[in-house]
Amino acid sequence: MTPELGQLALVLAFLLAIAQGLLPLLGAWRGNRALMAVARPAAIGQAIFVATAFLILVWAFLHFDFSVRYVADNSNLALPWYYRIAAVWGAHEGSLLLWILILNLWTVALAAFSHRLPDAFAARVMGVMGLVSIGFLAFTLFTSDPFGRLLPMPVDGADLNPVLQDPGMTFHPPVLYMGYVGFSVAFAFSIAALLGGEVEQAWVRWARPWTNAAWGFLTLGIVAGSWWAYAELGWGGWWFWDPVENASFMPWLVGTALIHAQAITEKRGGLRAWTLLLSIFAFSLSLLGTFLVRSGVLTSVHAFASDPRRGVFILIFLTIVVGGSLLLYALRAPKVAGGKPFNVVSRETALLIGNLLLATASAMVLLGTLFPLIGDALHLGRISVGPPYFGLLFPFLMAPVVLLLPFGPFLHWGKADGGVLKQVALRAGIAAAACAIVAAFFVQGQLKAIVGVASAVWIAVGVLLYALRRWRDMPRGRRYPAEMAGMLLAHLGVGVFVVGVLMSEALSVSHDVRLAPGRSAHVGGYDFRFDGVHRTVGPNWYADQGVITVMRHGATVATMRPQKRTYAHDQVQTESAVDAGVFRDLYVALGEPMDANNIGGAWALRLYYKPFVRWIWGGGVLMMLGGFVCAGDRRFRIKRIAAETSASAATASPQESPA
Amino acid sequence: MKRFVPLIVFLALAGLFGFGIWWNTWHDPRYVPSPLINKPAPNFALPELDAPAQTVTKASLLGKPYLLNVFGSWCVACAEEHPVLMADGRQLSIELVGYDYKDAPADAKAWLRDNGNPYDVVIADQSGRTAIDFGVYGAPESFLIDAKGVIRYKHIGPLTPRVIARELQPAIAALKREAP
Repeated sequence: MTPELGQLALVLAFLLAIAQGLLPLLGAWRGNRALMAVARPAAIGQAIFVATAFLILVWAFLHFDFSVRYVADNSNLALPWYYRIAAVWGAHEGSLLLWILILNLWTVALAAFSHRLPDAFAARVMGVMGLVSIGFLAFTLFTSDPFGRLLPMPVDGADLNPVLQDPGMTFHPPVLYMGYVGFSVAFAFSIAALLGGEVEQAWVRWARPWTNAAWGFLTLGIVAGSWWAYAELGWGGWWFWDPVENASFMPWLVGTALIHAQAITEKRGGLRAWTLLLSIFAFSLSLLGTFLVRSGVLTSVHAFASDPRRGVFILIFLTIVVGGSLLLYALRAPKVAGGKPFNVVSRETALLIGNLLLATASAMVLLGTLFPLIGDALHLGRISVGPPYFGLLFPFLMAPVVLLLPFGPFLHWGKADGGVLKQVALRAGIAAAACAIVAAFFVQGQLKAIVGVASAVWIAVGVLLYALRRWRDMPRGRRYPAEMAGMLLAHLGVGVFVVGVLMSEALSVSHDVRLAPGRSAHVGGYDFRFDGVHRTVGPNWYADQGVITVMRHGATVATMRPQKRTYAHDQVQTESAVDAGVFRDLYVALGEPMDANNIGGAWALRLYYKPFVRWIWGGGVLMMLGGFVCAGDRRFRIKRIAAETSASAATASPQESPA
Repeated sequence: MKRFVPLIVFLALAGLFGFGIWWNTWHDPRYVPSPLINKPAPNFALPELDAPAQTVTKASLLGKPYLLNVFGSWCVACAEEHPVLMADGRQLSIELVGYDYKDAPADAKAWLRDNGNPYDVVIADQSGRTAIDFGVYGAPESFLIDAKGVIRYKHIGPLTPRVIARELQPAIAALKREAP
């Protein structure tokens, strides 16, 4: 009975979404306050029903209700409770429900923090959120029902894909979705501004904290995914240019451009049309990601079971949402360039260059991702461009960004002072060169590593110089407003990330070895002694577990236990062992036994020494922090009450997002 | 007009996605074109299933085109494919060579006795070694090899009437047109 209640809750949520999507927009158009007032209660009601449906699905998993097909397909009696909860979003239907739940969370946050916005504007924003929700609820109800029954009910279920049975995987999708869906808020603000024909740029300031928070979540989600791939997939890579990774990376690139473009538009009034366009793109690319993962048009390690019906549905939805908003943009975008004039050497120019590079990079990733499809369409056969394509073009596009980064904060709006820039370039340049020379002795002349050190120092010194200048020039308490602190953190994060990528790529050592128990291999200055493999058992798997003792200069550094697990239905999953460190990771993955009948004998092993690899994620985490800190700036809280709003809300109502 | 550019680009993309969905309804997205297409088939020498003393080689089959069909009595999808070959195999009007893959000869013989034998000749690759040269990674797979021993077409998975009509027969017709 309960699963049917879940279905009913979804139907009710769908009806409320229709109310939230249509009535407030109508009200804003006709100036009808009663209709506009529908937005908030409808949104909250919808969220309650969606949350109910979600909890019913969680409950069905926790109570092994295998009469629900989705539960039977993705869990079994042996699956521990925490993975049964994670299994809720382990496949298509449930992850879609999670998407909708998160969309509703953002909408409720918007409803709570938008009281200070002009009524008509707030009604339009909520209305657009409602329209998005209609699409996704219809998708769930008509093509992807998570509550469908399975008769007769099986005694035990199948299993959650073993690849997903990892702590990183329980955490990665919800955070990633927070980011994806969060861009819907910036999108809704833009559409509302286009619909209302806003002449003022005030809406951009209102949209900024939401965009920054969404960007922060997306950053964290990507970092978590990358870390999971590294720890779980067993070959030590952290990024694969897989279509689904690209699907999350494209909105990130556009989102990065967007948060910078918003700064120009808010402070200087320029680039209004560009900011609108980027808001639409960021969310469109999030939707596109959903399409690519679920339609089966591209193959990927992440691919959900594909179903042409679903593909067609998302394509229609995508066409309506993106096509509709781009049409609206074409018709309504501000016709005049607007904004204060700026000089060639100015912050505007720098941000614009950065923007163009990020947008180009995103287009390049899109092209690379869609290449197999284009190949089919032009009858060229199935062509895939892999890491070589991305690995060549991406650094090429990002190098100028790295070069520009230290100057950004020093540049004045409008017209910058060339003298200061030369000084910054000189100091950061000397520091970078000095560190590169020192580094050259330690990295055996590896060019990539030297470049990595130099660019990281270049960025870090730029950031530090600016922090120092603020410290000297500004009175206490006004030195580092949150917006600026966030920017400095994020920029520092880029430096940390760059050094992580280039150092680990240049200096990583990997060895495929075949070791008999008691024998050692020497990798990256460490001795890995193989102490044999034995059988071990977990809650829903058994594993061959190797013991490897790592020694350096005769002293034991770590004992590592990589596993090769066998789950239900003989699904095999490797669990590599990682000994993490600030300056290096040691990484061991278990291959195959030399003799399948004797696991106590010799085994094939993969041994890795990966210097600085942790800095990659460290940089990502710094960037994420930057996004959240920035979102919390007091300046973004709406102080002035717009003329048409009722004066009742006089208490401070922070318009921050729930970071 | 400039403002319509993003819309136009997007509509082109949407068209591409629509094509992708349509394409995938009758193509396996996991399909990878065999690197062996239009390359000479690998050399092989395998015993006949019914007469292990007789060896069939690549050279002995040269001179006329044939369809090499990889099957196994253990293979579920082959049982699905088999009636199609029984029904339509003759109409292809080329020689059908059965390639018994990783199979016990007795099982294969019994299977062909029970389900019918559509093949002109059946060769047995018990160890599966030759199959590696052909890039076989499962059964059933089918290779169309021309009179000069060049692989012209490959299909992974069971041959269905639809695949035969849309892909295999046109490929055979193309071979016939080339032949003097």
